Amino acid sequence: MTAKLEVRHLTKIFGRRIPRAEELLKAGKSKAEILKSAGATVGVNDANFEVNDGEIFVIMGLSGSGKSTMIRMINRLIEPTSGEVLIDGENLTSLNKKQLLDVRRNKMSMVFQNFALFPNRTIIDNTAYGLEIKGVDKDERLKKSHDALELVGLHGYDNQYPTQLSGGMQQRVGLARALANNSEILLMDEAFSALDPLNRKDMQDELLDLQENLHKTIVFISHDLNEALRIGDRIMIMKDGEIVQTGTPEEILTQPADDYVERFIEDVDRTKVLTASNVMIRPTFVNIDKDGPRIAMRRMVENEISSVYVVNNKREFIGVVDASHVMSLIKKKERKLDSVIQKNVPTTSPDTPITDIMDTISSTPIPYAVVDDQNHLLGIIIRGAVLGAISGNEVGEDE
Amino acid sequence: MNNIPQLPVSSWIDKFVDWLASFEGFFNAVTNFIGGIINGFQWIFDLLPIWLFMLLVVGCTYWLNRKTKHWTLIGFEIVGLLYIWNQGFWRDMTQTLTLVLTSSLIALVIGVPLGIWMGKSKVFETINKPILDFMQTMPAFVYLIPAVAFFGIGMVPGVIASVIFAMPPTIRMTNLGIRQVPADLIEAADSYGSTSWQKLFKVQLPLAKSTLMAGVNQSMMLSLSMVVIASMIGAMGLGNKVYFAVGRNDAGGGFAAGLAIVILAIILDRITQAINRSKIPKS
Repeated sequence: MTAKLEVRHLTKIFGRRIPRAEELLKAGKSKAEILKSAGATVGVNDANFEVNDGEIFVIMGLSGSGKSTMIRMINRLIEPTSGEVLIDGENLTSLNKKQLLDVRRNKMSMVFQNFALFPNRTIIDNTAYGLEIKGVDKDERLKKSHDALELVGLHGYDNQYPTQLSGGMQQRVGLARALANNSEILLMDEAFSALDPLNRKDMQDELLDLQENLHKTIVFISHDLNEALRIGDRIMIMKDGEIVQTGTPEEILTQPADDYVERFIEDVDRTKVLTASNVMIRPTFVNIDKDGPRIAMRRMVENEISSVYVVNNKREFIGVVDASHVMSLIKKKERKLDSVIQKNVPTTSPDTPITDIMDTISSTPIPYAVVDDQNHLLGIIIRGAVLGAISGNEVGEDE
Repeated sequence: MNNIPQLPVSSWIDKFVDWLASFEGFFNAVTNFIGGIINGFQWIFDLLPIWLFMLLVVGCTYWLNRKTKHWTLIGFEIVGLLYIWNQGFWRDMTQTLTLVLTSSLIALVIGVPLGIWMGKSKVFETINKPILDFMQTMPAFVYLIPAVAFFGIGMVPGVIASVIFAMPPTIRMTNLGIRQVPADLIEAADSYGSTSWQKLFKVQLPLAKSTLMAGVNQSMMLSLSMVVIASMIGAMGLGNKVYFAVGRNDAGGGFAAGLAIVILAIILDRITQAINRSKIPKS
């Protein structure tokens, strides 16, 4: 992965006595102290991060955390006080006015929280805005805009005005306006926050679908952790203008950097985020090619369980045997387990979200077997581990 | 108190006016230019037969209100214009209309750019606000004196005095309109790489249009209120009729001409308001 967008030591201070505030900041004074003695507000303090080509990077935080300031410094709607923003290695903060216009016109497009559609323009003219100011000729820009509207699922609204559309549809136009421009980077500022929950979910799905084909580099601002976990390839959590933690959704959930992040993730619907691999435990198994009923029995007694999983020499999953059947084999002095193996065991892949297997887990007594593409047994999922994971306790073999 | 000498404000201003008068060439050029506009309007109105003029006014009203069909307004216009013709005020009415249109046009051409500048610059707004207050609150008669000094008597100084008095609403409302454009739309325009001019013509002015036009409407009404005052320095028209009626204590004649001004005002007001009505459907 290559970094499309790099942010280095980016700082924004609002107010009048900025040099004084910068000194205080360097001396390690807190936000409140700086506000008191210099009358300046620290919006973002020394932010460093990279966004990889083709990933959805979610910047998360509550209001006042500096996330909106951050995204606006990326396209310099807000001038950074210090630091650098690099796109493909080019430093944006040193560009002159004309170069900056070029970057805004060709490299990145922004989607806004309250849609920011121009009420005096029709849907198609709104969508074509970016192309229009670039000087693309009329036929071409109308065609491109029409395609972009089709892409976001808006047919036949070309000549309506924004006020005639619902919120969800307006934001589709907002997204189409950004897509029509065909820039590689999308900046999405709380793009779905103004939508009702159902619409929001639709739009998130839509964005993920689009992203599969378009592979844009997306910086997405959100205050909703569920949203962040759902769409983010990586998430950066901000608090009071500082970065608290950057990581994949799983890392955020399983290894919260501090109390703040922990409090954040308390309310998350974990079933949607955690996958089979997060909750599976190490299975007890026997090798059918080498182990007989007595070994199987001993494994069960050792581990105080009533069934054991069966694999072959290549660790390919075959089935499960339970204690009563194994017991009868021992009585009959059989040497092979084959005759009593139950093969109707539910299996799943490690990437399956728990929410998809919840139903089966709750209705069948046999634990799920987690297998990879080659049918190798990776682990099993027992009910207790699932409940533990959902309630936020650590699970899994490594912890 | 008696020991403090009186500030020579009036002599300062006299000196300033005398100094300004030395730019005679400039003022002559302005006089000729404005005179040209006035003559142009007057030439057109003199050329139009009364029936065609009425047809234009009614047609214009009908077309601008084609969705709502203001039949009462159209009826009023016909009756009103017939009254003016019947009273023998037709030429006076067109002269007044010329004065109003000329000063509104000049107020628009000067006022809108100034308003835009104010809308974009906090400093310019701070400087200009007290000047606009001054222009509007200074009794309008006072403008007549230097206007005569620089532009002689007749229609031109009347137009100049009207412009000074009537322009502030256009400037103020343009400024307001530009500032009222929602911040996120400005951000959107900026984020897609608009230049200042693109932002102005594609976003700010279209969105400020209705506020701006309300200002133009105000300016027009204010310049109409100047017609009687302007007649004191020789501007022709309905104002002149009222002014003479005052001099002769002729209540009947005064009201007859005053009523014609009211009719003209209502017609102008309704037409400019209809132009302003938005095409964009409300949600």
